[in-house]
Amino acid sequence: MIENHILSIAIWSPIFFGILLLLLNKKLSTRKINYLALLGALVSFIVTIPIYKNFNTTLSTFQFQEFHHWITPFNINYHLGVDGFSVPLILLTSFMTIMVILISYQSQRFKSASYYSAFLIMSGLMIGVFCALDSILYYIFWEAMLIPMFLIIGIWGGPNRIYATIKFFLYTVLGSLLMLLAFLYLYFKSGTFSIIDYYYLPISLEAQILIFLAFFMAFAVKIPMWPLHTWLPDAHVQAPTGGSVILAAIMLKLGGYSFIRFAMPIAPDATLLLKPLMISLSLVAIVYIALVALIQKDMKKLIAYSSISHMGFVTLGLFLVSPLAVEGAYIQMISHGFISAALFICVGILYDQTHTREIKNYGGVINKMPLFTAFVVFFAMANAGLPGTSGFVGEFMVILGSMKENFWIAFIAATTLILGASYSLWLIKRVFYGDIGNAAVAKLSDINAREVMILGALASLIIFVGVYPKIISDITNSSVMQFIELVSFSKVGVL
Amino acid sequence: MSNLISQLTLLSPEIFVALMAMLILLLDLFIQDKNKHLIYGLSQLTLLVAGLLTASLGFSEPQFAFKDMFVFDSLALFLKMMSFITLSIVFIYSRNYLLNKKLLTGEYFSLSLFALLGVMLMISSRNLLLMYMGLELLSLSLYALIALNRDDKKSNEAAIKYFVLGALASGLLLYGMSMLYGFSGSLDLYTIGNIIQTQEINSELLVFGLVFIVVGIAFKLGAVPFQMWVPDVYEGSITPVTMMISTVPKFAAVAMLIRFLFQGLDYLIVDWQQMLLIMAILSMIIGNITAIAQKKIKRMLAYSTISHIGFILLGFYVGTIGGVQASIFYLTTYIMMTLAVFGLIILLSNTQKSIEFIDDLKGLSQTKPWEAFLMMIVMFSLAGIPPTIGFYAKFSVLQAVIDQEVIWPAVVAIIMALIGMYYYLRIIRLMYFEKSDKKLKTKTSLPMLSVLTINAGGLLVLGIFPKTLMSISALAVGGSL
Repeated sequence: MIENHILSIAIWSPIFFGILLLLLNKKLSTRKINYLALLGALVSFIVTIPIYKNFNTTLSTFQFQEFHHWITPFNINYHLGVDGFSVPLILLTSFMTIMVILISYQSQRFKSASYYSAFLIMSGLMIGVFCALDSILYYIFWEAMLIPMFLIIGIWGGPNRIYATIKFFLYTVLGSLLMLLAFLYLYFKSGTFSIIDYYYLPISLEAQILIFLAFFMAFAVKIPMWPLHTWLPDAHVQAPTGGSVILAAIMLKLGGYSFIRFAMPIAPDATLLLKPLMISLSLVAIVYIALVALIQKDMKKLIAYSSISHMGFVTLGLFLVSPLAVEGAYIQMISHGFISAALFICVGILYDQTHTREIKNYGGVINKMPLFTAFVVFFAMANAGLPGTSGFVGEFMVILGSMKENFWIAFIAATTLILGASYSLWLIKRVFYGDIGNAAVAKLSDINAREVMILGALASLIIFVGVYPKIISDITNSSVMQFIELVSFSKVGVL
Repeated sequence: MSNLISQLTLLSPEIFVALMAMLILLLDLFIQDKNKHLIYGLSQLTLLVAGLLTASLGFSEPQFAFKDMFVFDSLALFLKMMSFITLSIVFIYSRNYLLNKKLLTGEYFSLSLFALLGVMLMISSRNLLLMYMGLELLSLSLYALIALNRDDKKSNEAAIKYFVLGALASGLLLYGMSMLYGFSGSLDLYTIGNIIQTQEINSELLVFGLVFIVVGIAFKLGAVPFQMWVPDVYEGSITPVTMMISTVPKFAAVAMLIRFLFQGLDYLIVDWQQMLLIMAILSMIIGNITAIAQKKIKRMLAYSTISHIGFILLGFYVGTIGGVQASIFYLTTYIMMTLAVFGLIILLSNTQKSIEFIDDLKGLSQTKPWEAFLMMIVMFSLAGIPPTIGFYAKFSVLQAVIDQEVIWPAVVAIIMALIGMYYYLRIIRLMYFEKSDKKLKTKTSLPMLSVLTINAGGLLVLGIFPKTLMSISALAVGGSL
């Protein structure tokens, strides 16, 4: 009985706790609100574990399917289901929500109940995106998730938050609306909004190209791909720590996931046709954005640009359309979820004490925060792709995959190993090493047990995935094969 | 004899509303100022009884009365019931405001009821004369309503402006009607439609007549390029009247459009489609872009209305039953959202001064969190962001457009919807992201707040379960086209 609703429970339990927090807002003390939020996040995480445990890795079909009629005039249904691509991301989402709530214990003092509830509700909506098998249901989760993020950046963000949040919102919505048009067109062609049916729907090449471009606008903004990335640094810099963490760890992944779920299998011929363009855009992101990251003066901005550069690997791997590269791209998504989240948390910890993110305002932090510095150095190494960390696995697989395609693609992509190391290590050198920079740094105190726990958890996951990536590839394996098959299958021939 | 009775039964809601409107006007003379609540109660009772009378006629095949002048079909049933509910909510929201402004008089209620009578006649008419009579009854009542606050300069200016333009539009409509009559020798829309189809009529002249008809409809809807009156009237009237003008007459205008273009002149579809398309696109562009520049909240809402009318016209432009269903559904959600937004403005208005500028909403989330939250839902719904009902409204219109394999109007609509989001988000931004510089001192009336909560919360709940409302509006159209 519960088996059939396992996905619904995963979606709705964080939303339930979020609404509960909103309702109890005035009745509880801050302390109790903290505990309730943590309880909500923990429960929401625990209910996602059965999805992983009961998942049958040998099947490439959608599992735990749940189907209810919803808006019958338009044949829109409440249809959920997961495959190998969804499961790790669902767990990542519910896990990161715990981290966000824990990290916000100290920094958030104003309207904390609404703050937590925004994150919990958003977590449920994001899980909904990963589970939806009806395109309108997917679209509703996708759009609804913007509302909490819009409020998080707008209410709890930095000084320039209003500009950043409106830019974030409008950029994302423009892409989404075009995606809606694509869905409506597919509905007109097929009479259904079911994603599974779209996979086998024959479409002419011209239509495929338009559909692909509409999807591209939606997902490339989200990932973000160069040149649609400009909202991300603004949003990251202005967002509170928790917002940045979710943005980097989960929201960017929605773009990559959606390319896998929609754009590529629905328009396979257009994908193959536009493959050179997509690969070029990815390479520009990898190299050019890494160079941009090198010259940043703001720590958060640097990490934001490094995120874009790393996400370039994801799109590169996906568009190479070979099992190795796609697998690598997927592991890169998960790994980047851990690493970027950890780095944003680290910046948040520093910012809470000094209230500045400018690199030049720091120096010699190691003298005051040795334990913290150890963690940061580790995360920076992982960001640069140090073997043994998860950052290495994904990038290496994608580079190997591209080597099979073309030596020069692999060559350009591999430059990131140098560039990534440069900006990461240079950041470390300027912020953490050397003599104590100024009075503010001299007043810093090292991280407490709670923060050690958060960073420790993330660090061990990074090592675990780095040493044993099989834990992810086992789940995704059959789905990757299915995906390659769908993308290699020409829909034009069927016409 | 029994035939006459059954015909009168069909008209019983209209007759009742007419009698009550006159009775209220008369009673008003004898009721002392402190007992004006009686008038309010009586008006609500009128709406309730009229609703019951209409409902008792039931959902059935189209019925006709008085030599087919008057028609009662599923569309009429739906639109009339919606008008009653809407006007009733308008009265609930207006009551305190009018009381504070010392305008709670019989005039407001009886004029509104006369306007409603005009709306009801227009909804049910398939005869040129009856249509024109209904239109004039509606318009004349509205002219007087706009000037209700007679010591206010703006109010008078708006009334004069609306009167001059409205008279011009009526004249144009009448001219178009006279041409149709000249061609066909009949006042009945169905007969006119048949004659146009079967006999050879100079089609250029026919289209000439059609243009005047469409102008008349567009003026009532407030579609570009006949939108000039909308911002001034919205701004000049007191908020309860603005709320009334932006809701109830729209039902009549839409009914007029369906009766004329879909039931009478459907043979000329190719011609009027182009006109509707141009007006729809222009309304969306001008409405949305001009709204960005507005500083006053009512002017902003006026332009936002124009843009929504553009969406409604886009559904009609498609010319299919699906398109009309989408437009009627859009209209229904538009009315709900408009009621909620004006209700909130009235609720937040001071006893002395109303909320006039958009900036007056600054920091509302700190002083009035619940009201701010409701306003946020309404704004997201107006912007068409899921999971609110406003999304499905845009969704169904776009679906109807794409279903005809015309893509570019849909793309324009989407880009304009995006531009529209900017100014709706600005209100959320002011309420939530900025600090208030002055405090709003308002007395919250609990019954009104609870109705508003249902109204605004309904936008969210219906956004999660939109099926019923969609089916009802689809049924209303399906039974009469």
